[in-house]
Amino acid sequence: MAEAQPIMREVDDVKLSAIDLRAEYAESGVEAVLDELDRTLIGLKPVKQRIKETAALLLVERARKRLGLAHETPTLHMCFSGNPGTGKTTVALRMADLLHRLGYIRKGHLVSVTRDDLVGQYIGHTAPKTKEILKKAMGGVLFIDEAYYLYRQENERDYGQEAIEILLQVMEHQREDFVVILAGYGDRMERFFESNPGFRSRIAHHIDFPDYADDELLSIADVMLEKQNYGFDAEGRAAMEQYIALRRRQPHFANARSIRNALDRARLRQANRLFETSDGPIGADTLSTIVAADIRASRIFRNEAGQESEARQLEGAS
Amino acid sequence: MHITQGAFSFLPPLTDEQIARQVQYCIDKGWAVSLEFTDDPHPRNTYWDMWGHPMFDNPDAAALMLELKACRKVYGDRYIRLVAFDSSHGWESVRLSFIVNRPAVEPGFRLERQETAGRGIRYTTRSYAAGRPAGERYG
Repeated sequence: MAEAQPIMREVDDVKLSAIDLRAEYAESGVEAVLDELDRTLIGLKPVKQRIKETAALLLVERARKRLGLAHETPTLHMCFSGNPGTGKTTVALRMADLLHRLGYIRKGHLVSVTRDDLVGQYIGHTAPKTKEILKKAMGGVLFIDEAYYLYRQENERDYGQEAIEILLQVMEHQREDFVVILAGYGDRMERFFESNPGFRSRIAHHIDFPDYADDELLSIADVMLEKQNYGFDAEGRAAMEQYIALRRRQPHFANARSIRNALDRARLRQANRLFETSDGPIGADTLSTIVAADIRASRIFRNEAGQESEARQLEGAS
Repeated sequence: MHITQGAFSFLPPLTDEQIARQVQYCIDKGWAVSLEFTDDPHPRNTYWDMWGHPMFDNPDAAALMLELKACRKVYGDRYIRLVAFDSSHGWESVRLSFIVNRPAVEPGFRLERQETAGRGIRYTTRSYAAGRPAGERYG
């Protein structure tokens, strides 16, 4: 830290002289949050590592505060950068919980906003709108998705600038009341910070979200299906694996979000298949199994196999 | 004369921290908090001016304290009170209200006696401050 810590150890006021970090850790419930993070979020190794480090820092900082060694609230504003569908919002939710358990925010709720929620339509509309959102986020976490849209370089009279100014002011003066998390694509966030140096200096933690690997996406698909009481059969799973590899090469690939959409469509096809082919009663197993055909009917496979498969389909239809 | 309206008015004025904790209590109960101000302290003056909207969906007291600060900046020389409104069925009314800001000097009230028919007397309280036009009282 640049500022020297004021060394005013009011020894008389401080009854504690030692703090058991382990006990603090267990008691604060941080462990539970971190465990859950580990269990429920697949992949994201560097992110988890950073969160653990941050949690450790905050725990130590809290212990220091109790011993009268630290007086200022540390800056907790963060920036999450990464491609779409890499779990930024999910992690932000967990982060809110974590900060709440550590006692850095009072309520632990997450208010998720985008440019539309902060910036007004006409002169004088932006300030009240932004303030309204800020008030809602007090005691919790304000999550600004795609924060770089706040700043429009090409239009200097854009109202986004006003929202940024209010935000910066409150971020500085009411640090103990709420935490701001900015999120967006890595390169565009970088450009946003370049044109708004005030933001960069007020944000202490920059966390990068890497893309998921193919096998991680497959486990994510498993978990998503499991949550809805569905499951792959062996061939279905193999088809999903292929699907992921192919989908990644397509434009607008959004990691876990693409997987979720693909699964939603697969469920649609499964329902349709059951409806058309069923005669007589069917069991729970059949109702909750996604087979290869449900996945392979996807547009992506058609493009891959090109003409042949289309020809085959035409044959099949006729 | 320290006027006594609403809750806590016989106590010394609450500090901001105490106000924040009372507000948090109201919010946790699900009441919508808001601010009102006036420069006419007569007890029968129930309609104070609103400062902004009632806050139905702010879970933390810091939001109200922010507004209180803003309100004091503009109307720091008047009475400001906090109002906590319970919108739940069967209540639909103010559950708690207390003064959070007072003018530096509160001149108090004059008691007027009007002799009427027979030896009857009618009483009226008139605020000294209200003698001047609105906006120019207390200052």
